[in-house]
Amino acid sequence: MKVNANQEVEVKSNLVTGSDLLVQALEKAGVEVVFGYPGGAVLPIYDALHRNDTSFKHVLSRHEQGSIHAAEGYARVSGKPGVVIATSGPGATNLITGITDAMMDSIPLVVFTGQVAEQVIGTDAFQEADMIGITTPVTKYNYQVNNIADLPRIVNEAFHIATTGRPGPVVIDIPKSISETVTINDYEDDFYLPGYQPTVYPNPMQISKITDVLSKAERPVLLAGAGILLSGATEELKQFVNNWEIPVVTTLLGLGSYPGGDNLSLGMGGMHGTYTANTAIYESDLLINIGARFDDRLTGNLQHFAPNAKVAHIDIDPAEIGKNVKTAIPIVADAKQALNVLLQQEVKRGDYTKWLDKLKSNQKKYPLWYDRGDSPISPQWLIEQIHEKSKGEAVVTTDVGQHQMWAAQFYPFKNPDNWVTSGGLGTMGFGFPAAIGAQIAKPDHLVISVVGDGGFQMTLQELAILKSQNLPVKVVILNNDALGMVRQWQETFYEKRYSHSLFSENPDFVKLAESYGIKGMRVSDEKDVPKVLEEAFSHDGPVVIDCRIDRDTCVYPMIAPGKGMHEMIGVTK
Amino acid sequence: MKRIIIATVQDRGGVLNRITGMLNRRQFNIESISVGASDVKGISKMTFVVEVSDKQKLEQLTKQLNKQIDVIKVLDVTDKAIVTRELALVKVVATNQTRAEIMTLISAFRADVIDISKDSLTIQVTGKPEKVDALISLLRPYGIKDLTKTGLTAFPRGYQPEQGFSELNSISAHG
Repeated sequence: MKVNANQEVEVKSNLVTGSDLLVQALEKAGVEVVFGYPGGAVLPIYDALHRNDTSFKHVLSRHEQGSIHAAEGYARVSGKPGVVIATSGPGATNLITGITDAMMDSIPLVVFTGQVAEQVIGTDAFQEADMIGITTPVTKYNYQVNNIADLPRIVNEAFHIATTGRPGPVVIDIPKSISETVTINDYEDDFYLPGYQPTVYPNPMQISKITDVLSKAERPVLLAGAGILLSGATEELKQFVNNWEIPVVTTLLGLGSYPGGDNLSLGMGGMHGTYTANTAIYESDLLINIGARFDDRLTGNLQHFAPNAKVAHIDIDPAEIGKNVKTAIPIVADAKQALNVLLQQEVKRGDYTKWLDKLKSNQKKYPLWYDRGDSPISPQWLIEQIHEKSKGEAVVTTDVGQHQMWAAQFYPFKNPDNWVTSGGLGTMGFGFPAAIGAQIAKPDHLVISVVGDGGFQMTLQELAILKSQNLPVKVVILNNDALGMVRQWQETFYEKRYSHSLFSENPDFVKLAESYGIKGMRVSDEKDVPKVLEEAFSHDGPVVIDCRIDRDTCVYPMIAPGKGMHEMIGVTK
Repeated sequence: MKRIIIATVQDRGGVLNRITGMLNRRQFNIESISVGASDVKGISKMTFVVEVSDKQKLEQLTKQLNKQIDVIKVLDVTDKAIVTRELALVKVVATNQTRAEIMTLISAFRADVIDISKDSLTIQVTGKPEKVDALISLLRPYGIKDLTKTGLTAFPRGYQPEQGFSELNSISAHG
């Protein structure tokens, strides 16, 4: 056969590496940003990022945990999947906390881990770790690519699995031998997943059961979970709630699914929820759960959870229905689709007047409360100030602990997707990198990371990203030189034996910020707070504010562990 | 209560590990598990015998199995008309005095001798778990040197009576 020179050029240009195929697949998936950290086993991938003029950008962290929490924050705020790349072995194992966090809180992630070359897998090679074995329990699904021809299909499948049904993390483990293989550029990415077909549309018979019981109920409550946010159903929820005049309790992760502070909003339920929200659930005769999973921090002791209520539960994950709470009306569906069908039903509400009056009076009698100090600052007041100065419109991210609960209690979110917190796993060190991802998702939005001095020190190395990417994140450290929630439990349940919960030597957070080239501020007097916040929020760049708060302040009210929702302590001063 | 559950799964890498890991993590007690190919390429069948405390736990179990991406179908066949079989290999001490006796005894169970040595017999028995267990207990006095079972595998019968009856309602502990 005669081969002319042009033809040869064409053949050569059609040759690519596995890494190029990966880059193409990411572009095809519409990826805007990749969070990652290079290393030996992903060198071919990083070379492809360098060689190709990619349509997405890469954000270099300082620790893989920073990458993955940033990807989570990005996903939670943008509604798009977060994408992460890390190298094999330690790079990959550093991602585990974030992967597990995303699994617990249903955050869509596609995570690429490098792997040693196929020839040496299983030989305890340098930087080898069995990522399939390690991530199987904490992922929605995972893959190891063992044939280059499968790569485009696997990436396509992974994005589909991560983002549909109940979202979650998908790991793709790519051996170096695959990513550096030279191959032809012509593989199909069609897939067929017979075992994965999430039920999106509700059974209309079941939906009409809800309106039936609603018309007979006297004390209905709607529990709004993160499922509302994930399916983008806040408008539908608002309409349904207003049509039927049902009071709404929000879960921790569901904050923002219904406007906090609205007439029918009872606030957050659960361990540190409002008295009104918790007693409403306790006394209800009908509880409609949309997109929440009856987590133990919400329900308290299950024996006392909504003892007189008929429970209806709408969830896209059938396994969540009936898992913890006996459910009379199970509905497997996407929250938005279920609400759409609910909205088509005729509104025949029962008489809820007495119920709504009672809840109103509870709200008046038992509001969230706190003690004002002057110096150090009372943390709840500080959150209220942050709320005021940001007009209630900021994206707020947190770790886990006291500062998280205060933010949840005292920053009512009127808009969806502005609240990024680690709920299920309760991950310290989550909030700050998550704010980085959130700021990348919403470059022009005010993003405030409310963190404790403990959690911040777990991932503060990512201050480097703020500088390098010029991200105007405002980091508000609620600094009490303690692991506040641990300290609180030791005070309450361990007779004030403060075992390893008090920090004696914290760094100077202002100097620390400055060493990264970031504006640092400190405030320890309440009278300075408004000015400092205004200055920080209007500053055209990142700011770290060290807020000296009172160490002895506890989060109240509270359902003690093992207690029921009606047994709250610290309801009033 | 003991339940027999059949899962039809995609035969992808790590699928067995994925499923047994999930069951273990969620504290389900697997009594036996048998895995094999189906008639469709790329599709396997897993038969589990599990011990669950109540209906709610059982529902969780089938839902969690269904939730696995690789699982195509889950069937709780316990209350259906089903055929169940397991296979056991038993190496039993046999002397010149006892060999004939053992061989007569096992013939009632339609079991086969598949290996003979100077001082032992290896017997293969197939059938419902009760039958297999009965033979094993009869052989025990002769001295069992080695024993292995495949675990239960099951099929719904082609004909399902209107009133569900169960071959295995009285299934006894085995394995």
